[in-house]
Amino acid sequence: MILWQLFLSFAQIGLFSIGGGYAAIPLIQSQAVEIHGWLTAEQFLDLATIAEMTPGPIALNAASFVGIQVAGIAGAVIATLGCVLPSLVIVSALSWVYGRYRRLPLLQSVLDFLRPAVVALIAAAGINMLLQVACGGRALNGFRPVPALLFAAAFLALRRFKCSPILVMLLCGAAGLVLGLAVDGGM
Amino acid sequence: MSRGRRLLTLFFSMLTISAFTFGGGFVIVTLMKRKFVDELGWLDENEMLDMTAMAQSAPGAIAVNAAILVGWKVAGLPGMLAAVTGTVIPPLVILSVLSAFYRLFADNRYVALVLRGMQCGVAAVILDVALSLGLKAAEGKDALRLIVMAAAFAATFFFKINVIFIILGAAAVGIAAALLRRKGGERP
Repeated sequence: MILWQLFLSFAQIGLFSIGGGYAAIPLIQSQAVEIHGWLTAEQFLDLATIAEMTPGPIALNAASFVGIQVAGIAGAVIATLGCVLPSLVIVSALSWVYGRYRRLPLLQSVLDFLRPAVVALIAAAGINMLLQVACGGRALNGFRPVPALLFAAAFLALRRFKCSPILVMLLCGAAGLVLGLAVDGGM
Repeated sequence: MSRGRRLLTLFFSMLTISAFTFGGGFVIVTLMKRKFVDELGWLDENEMLDMTAMAQSAPGAIAVNAAILVGWKVAGLPGMLAAVTGTVIPPLVILSVLSAFYRLFADNRYVALVLRGMQCGVAAVILDVALSLGLKAAEGKDALRLIVMAAAFAATFFFKINVIFIILGAAAVGIAAALLRRKGGERP
């Protein structure tokens, strides 16, 4: 019963969160805190913090976290399944349409203009993240040289030396720890 | 590559990528581009961008949506299942383990420093891919597409307009361009 309830709740979260993690947070809050009382408001804040700190989509992190608190490992698995089921159906249909009709002139033209827009979205996401690490947000007076240098080194490693992105991220994590401890208030 | 090898590669690629996607859907898409376009050559750049647009516009987590699209394209239904399974395992395992002692983790100073450092790397990965894609797009020298790119950037970066509307707007320009072209073509 509780498993079915978890499945349904996370299927709804999967179905109605359009546009990624930040759209999912209020839905998770409404299902897990307000409707079912699976988490307290404080636990929900913890969840938001951990979801931010751990890899993976926020909705899936929430599904595992809530599921395991409510019904153990089975709960985590069922909530995760619920969360991905709407995507499986809808995106598979989209994939079929794309495979079949992408050569149509109209769809071709739509895709021609979607691509530059997507490039712009990716660039904006990257610049926002850079501002976040190097300036703690958008105020340029919060500039911190150490993270900025670390970014520059990582960028150089990727562009000039074609290093693997995952290796670069791991090295940056290690550098963050060392520099943060060595330079007071540096990171 | 044999079918079995392909499925295994798909599964393990998505497993590693999912285990390292700090910071939202665009990170996973950039890592997927490096893996499936640059390294394995299973998709071309345009397909990856098309898939990003679809993953972003459909409901659900962008990472899962992108995995579904790449999986179908590379190896049909088994490919889709392999890619999605690879994507959901890391969050499932990590959160299940962490939920036992998450307070310790969330308040730890060393963990915070490592994560701060990794964010610098993530920003570098995204901007590296964005720069490559942007240079490629500029090569075409199609003014209207460059305008769409600049407008989309301004809309999201300065005006914080919801991504869905930006994608719908770009699609509308595409439809208008196609209709105008058709009209122009019909003229004797």
